[in-house]
Amino acid sequence: MDTLLALLVGVLTAAGVYLLLQRSMLRMLFGVILLSNAVNLVVLVAGRTLRAAPPIVPEGLSAPEATMANPLPQALVLTAIVIGFGLVAFALVLLYRTYATFGTLDVDVLSEESEDGDAVGF
Amino acid sequence: MMHLLVLPILIPLVTAIAVLLSTRVPRLQRTWSLLGSVGLLAATIALLHGVWGHGIQHVQMGTWTAPFGITLVADLLSAVLLVVTGLMGVAVLLYAMGTIDAGRERSGFHALYHLLLMGVAGAFLAGDLFNLYVWFEVLLITSFVLLVLGTDRAQVRGSVTYVLVNLVASLCFLLAVGLLYGMAGTLNLADLAVRLPEVGAPGLVTAIAMLFLVAFGIKAAVFPLFFWLPAAYHTPPIAISALFAGLLTKVGVYALIRVFTLLFTQDVGYTHTILLVVASLTMVTGVLGAVAQADVRKILSFHIVSQIGYMVMGLALFTPLALLGAIFYIVHHIVVKTNLFLVGGVAERIVGHFDLGQMGGLYRSRPLLAVLFLVPALSLAGLPPLSGFWAKLIILQAGLEAEAYFAVGAALIAGILTLVSMTKIWSEAFWKPLPVEATGAPVSVRGLLVPVVLLAAVTIAIGLYAEPLAVLAERSAAELLDPSAYITAVLGADAPVAATQP
Repeated sequence: MDTLLALLVGVLTAAGVYLLLQRSMLRMLFGVILLSNAVNLVVLVAGRTLRAAPPIVPEGLSAPEATMANPLPQALVLTAIVIGFGLVAFALVLLYRTYATFGTLDVDVLSEESEDGDAVGF
Repeated sequence: MMHLLVLPILIPLVTAIAVLLSTRVPRLQRTWSLLGSVGLLAATIALLHGVWGHGIQHVQMGTWTAPFGITLVADLLSAVLLVVTGLMGVAVLLYAMGTIDAGRERSGFHALYHLLLMGVAGAFLAGDLFNLYVWFEVLLITSFVLLVLGTDRAQVRGSVTYVLVNLVASLCFLLAVGLLYGMAGTLNLADLAVRLPEVGAPGLVTAIAMLFLVAFGIKAAVFPLFFWLPAAYHTPPIAISALFAGLLTKVGVYALIRVFTLLFTQDVGYTHTILLVVASLTMVTGVLGAVAQADVRKILSFHIVSQIGYMVMGLALFTPLALLGAIFYIVHHIVVKTNLFLVGGVAERIVGHFDLGQMGGLYRSRPLLAVLFLVPALSLAGLPPLSGFWAKLIILQAGLEAEAYFAVGAALIAGILTLVSMTKIWSEAFWKPLPVEATGAPVSVRGLLVPVVLLAAVTIAIGLYAEPLAVLAERSAAELLDPSAYITAVLGADAPVAATQP
């Protein structure tokens, strides 16, 4: 299971970085999305993956009966997914605004647009 | 004490909600906003008073004991930075009242402003790494929206860089958090400080430390990760720039100080040497960028980068005196940098331009403004008797004691070049006659000068009477160098105490 997930993280990272290096900003954003999923998987795997009972203590007991799954990484990943989702939604709106303002999402064209000639930025 | 720890987060949140509920009544909105920021300042001062009197304070949310629950901790460093945050909240808001247009106010400027303050306060109080991540995201998303609020083309372009770079930085941070959790099995800062030395894989810990360095380095804008900052910070209205300039990068520096004094102290020879090199390069490259610019806001933006270098240098030297200097520097820098942006904004209001070539004649027409510019400008450059003099002196002295001559040289060069670029603003905007005679009625800026005078007074007060802040910084530096007090405060007295400092 861990090997499979590790491979998946590798593939996602590779694809994410490849997309980040593109000139279209929409593709860069997709790269960020893939990377964020890779990172979420890393957090999940870091908390050990095992086939175990759900982390619920039965009624009347103060400790679980069998080995239980680690709920903490799942809680962390859930939070991270929600946050990532919000950020990506915002970034999409921003890219839409950029496209509406400049008519392009190509980073080269956008940096040529720079009227005051600042060399900093995309 | 418990309520005091929650208040710096709760007050901005409640204020933001109240402001959102009164969007249709601008006057009411402003009243809430002002009340909220004054309330935040009062709460943080009370917190600092409590921490000073009773030691490190902590609270466990939902009564889950550490290291399982969510912990809020305030040591002296957090408390001092919170007070400065509160002060900036009030000062910048006073300025924003007079300058932010009605459109931005309707689109939620005030709510975002307070949510940003909430994010900053939360980051300063977070007692575990994952919550630090969450607070970073809170202040990040609000800063995104504040940055693009408006229709300016430059604003859109600047924010695209800012957003994408910061998204990647957040991923780096989360990755480091995940790997650290996999290794140590905990994310509570105090618990990590106990367990990391026991992990028995110093190489891996150092690798993760470097991942944190990249993540926080992007937020703090250190060399070579600072390029997004000058591209973005000069685009929004000056009140927003000023708040960002004062607070946002300093949260990154705070996070660096926190993890590199509490967690990653096993291999100081390696990690802190890298920090020292990074700090030296940051100081020099940042100020070189500033010298090359001809726009007030861009010069000031590049200066942020260069000044971050001094703070990181204080952390990298890792001696009591150096950390004292770093903390002193952060406090001084937040006040001075915010003030410089505000003065720049006032000058722009009078002349109508940020471009130095088109500015001029301000000394003749507004001598008071010229004096008010000189106070933070000379303080930033480190001239006595202003606050920057002490900050630089302490850092340099610590550098000489640690025999880090390369970094001391870089700091001295950066100091001179800072003075050069400040002189440039002075001679172009204030001394030179106005190239094109202004048409139209003179603008009244009396109201805008209130926060400027307030912050200048703070700078002079720190400069003339540096001892209280120095004593405060000294005690927080001692706390940082000996984390056992932090650990016992959070985990309880029976917790095992981490290995002593090297």
